[in-house]
Order: sequence, then structure tokens, then C-alpha cells
Amino acid sequence: MNKESLYDYILTIADNCLILGQRLGELCGHGPSLETDIAGTNISLDLIGQTRSFYQYAADIEGKGKTEDDIAFLRLEKDYKNCLLVEQPNDHFGYVIGRQYLWDTFYLLFLNELQNSSDETLSAIAKKGIKEVSYHRRFSGDWVKRLGDGSEESHLKMQEVVNGLWPYVDELFDMTGVSKELIKQGIAVDLSKLRETYFKQVSALLEEATLEVPERKYFVYGGKKGVHSEYFGYLLSDLQYMQRTYPNMTW
Amino acid sequence: MTKDSNIKRSKAIGKHLHFNSSYIEPNIDPHLREILQKVSDPEIPVLTVLDLGVIREAIEIDNVIHIKLTPTYSGCPAMDVLGDDLKTVFSTIGKEVEVKLVLSPAWSTDWISEEGLQKMEAYGIARPLSESLDKEALIGNARVVKCTNCGSRNTKKISQFGSTACKALFQCEDCQEPFDYFKCLK
Repeated sequence: MNKESLYDYILTIADNCLILGQRLGELCGHGPSLETDIAGTNISLDLIGQTRSFYQYAADIEGKGKTEDDIAFLRLEKDYKNCLLVEQPNDHFGYVIGRQYLWDTFYLLFLNELQNSSDETLSAIAKKGIKEVSYHRRFSGDWVKRLGDGSEESHLKMQEVVNGLWPYVDELFDMTGVSKELIKQGIAVDLSKLRETYFKQVSALLEEATLEVPERKYFVYGGKKGVHSEYFGYLLSDLQYMQRTYPNMTW
Repeated sequence: MTKDSNIKRSKAIGKHLHFNSSYIEPNIDPHLREILQKVSDPEIPVLTVLDLGVIREAIEIDNVIHIKLTPTYSGCPAMDVLGDDLKTVFSTIGKEVEVKLVLSPAWSTDWISEEGLQKMEAYGIARPLSESLDKEALIGNARVVKCTNCGSRNTKKISQFGSTACKALFQCEDCQEPFDYFKCLK
């Protein structure tokens, strides 16, 4: 097995969890209501927890004595392999929910496959994560329905969110960072197999939420190659500030 | 709802309350149990690590205690604290501890002991229901979570997420008391 490709593969999964966890963490104390504030931070906590498990494993695989924190805090922008969807800004609550639902639906399908990985550690992290992410998806899905099928204004705003985030969803299935060798060995998930189910599930929920499923005209890719949106630099400077300013500080 | 139908309902619910379906016995040296009972969950101090079922293995080899700890939730901050607390408690009897975090098999609420569940209820946290009832309660389709204050099941969900990752917030419609509910995790 090629260590480097496994290391890269783990990051293409875990960076999504870290960055979305960070985005949700921004809402701590700023959620529109106490319940949604707590929900956002709880989901963030689960995602950061999963990130830690992934990064600890990645650090082991790399074998250069790095820690999970080195991987989280000390990389440059182009070294993060998360998809563009998860770095999109919170803007308003509709965006938080829409982004979450579009991610949760993908991530749950993904973890369901990853639990069958021939790599024992990845399989164990996936099995643990499935329990948590099913709960997240229930939360975000309920809110998409509530806002989509809510007042005239919430409906309009939610439709705007779906339209606005739609260009980023196809990147979830982009195979950048997933080597064919890893798929052949049964370690990595073949993302192209998840696409159809994903769009079916999302379309069904959007319909239930009285929202229109955007017609797919074009999609944006880049995050998985390290080419991020402008928002990402700001997010990263928040995330890395303490470690960059006071190297090796702990608390 | 009349008292009678409440009782009938409680009995029907009682049938679902079997918490041993996915139970896996941990491998713990009997002579370590007493000292392990001294380590409590920092978030729910009435529960010891043994009540919670997070210690999957504790064995002594050449004066070193080898412990396998499993997290309740991936991001549970209590785990780091528990690891430190285990080291502290064993240091008082001059033993070294090696703590290893294991993820598989994933922790389940089935692993909380009956004694633990009772202590939890007395502490004001409702015990996890079966998977199907849990779902109904959290969606808001059924009123089945028992109020820890007055025992009524006329309770409703306030928030899907609570003060920690493992809990949701409920409120009793009879005595009006808000309380935590420990979510079923399987």
C-alpha cells in the first residue's frame, strides 16, 4: 500500500469535517435561537471529533512524528483538500441549514460505504460517525422542510440558498485525491457510485419542502485540488491565528 | 389522557425497555473494579466509567494498568479528562496507566449499566428509550420520555441537541419542569 496516497485520502475526507466544524463553531453564541445555537455547536463538536480521529490516523500513517494539531493548524491554504461547499460562509441561517443538509446527505452515504473499507481504522471511524451524522441529517433536513414550506419569505430565501449552493454539490463526487489503487484495494470509496442516490434523496426532500430542484447547468470544482474560494483565507486565518502568533502554545 | 390509559401505555413502553440487545461485556480484571469506580464522568458526575461502559478493557501486566477507553461521541471532551483522571487515580496506589482510545465497536447506550441508568434518572436525566421510541420522541410523534421530576410521560421535546452531545432537552407538560434526556445511541 502506498502510504502517501492513503495519507492524502484521509485528508480529503477529514478536511471537510474540520472546515465545516470551524464554520459551525463561528455560530457559537450567535445562533438565531438558543436551540439552533446549541445544535450548530454540537454538530461542530461531532465533526471536530471525527476530524481528530482521522488526523491522528493520518499522522500515524505519515510517520514523521506530527500530531493531529500540526495537520489541523500548520498547513497552507493550498494544502487543505476540503470541497468548496463546506467553506461557504454562514451568511444567514438558511445558508447554514442548506449547506448542512447538502453535506450531511452526502456524508452519510459516504460513511455507509466507508464502514465496509478494508482499512480497519477508517471502517471504525465511519461506524462511529454514522450514528452521529444520521442525527445531523435529521436536524438539517427537518429545517430545510420547515423553511422551504414555511412563510413566503422563508420559502424565497431557502430557494435562493439551494440555487446559490447548488453549483458546489457536484464536487462532492469529484475523485481528486482518491487513487484508483485505493479503490481497488477496497480502502477508498468510489464516489461516482453515490451520485445517483444523492441527487435522488436531495430532490425528494426539496420537493417535500416545496422547493424547486435547480437544473444542473454548471458546477464549480477546485477545493479538492487546493484551489479554494476567497472566503477560505479568512476562515483559515481565524482557525490558525493562535498557533501562528504563539507557536506551540497550549491551553 | 386518563390515568388508566397512562398506565396501559407505560406498560406497553416497559416491554421495549430491554437494554441488553447489543451489550458486549468488557474485559476488566476484577481487582481493578473498585478503584475504577472512583473515576466519574466529568459531565455527569453520578456516573462512574464502569456505569457508562466506556472502559472496554482494564488489565494489569507487570504493574502497569492497560486501559482501553471508548468515546461516547467522537468529539466528547470528557474523554481527555477521563484519561487524565484514570492516570491520577492509579498514581495514588503507585501504578502506571497506559490509556488507549478505541473506536470499534462503537459505544452504545446499551452499555450503560442498570445501576447507572437509575443513578442518571435520580440525577435528573431521563434514561434512553429503545431506538424506535427514541425516534418517535425526538420527532415529536409520541410522548414517551419520562419526566425525571414527576414521572409523567406527558413530555415534549424542546431541543434536539442539549447541554452535551449525548443529550436532548425535554419539558414536562404536567409539572412544567425542563430536563435532559439521554439520547439512544446504537
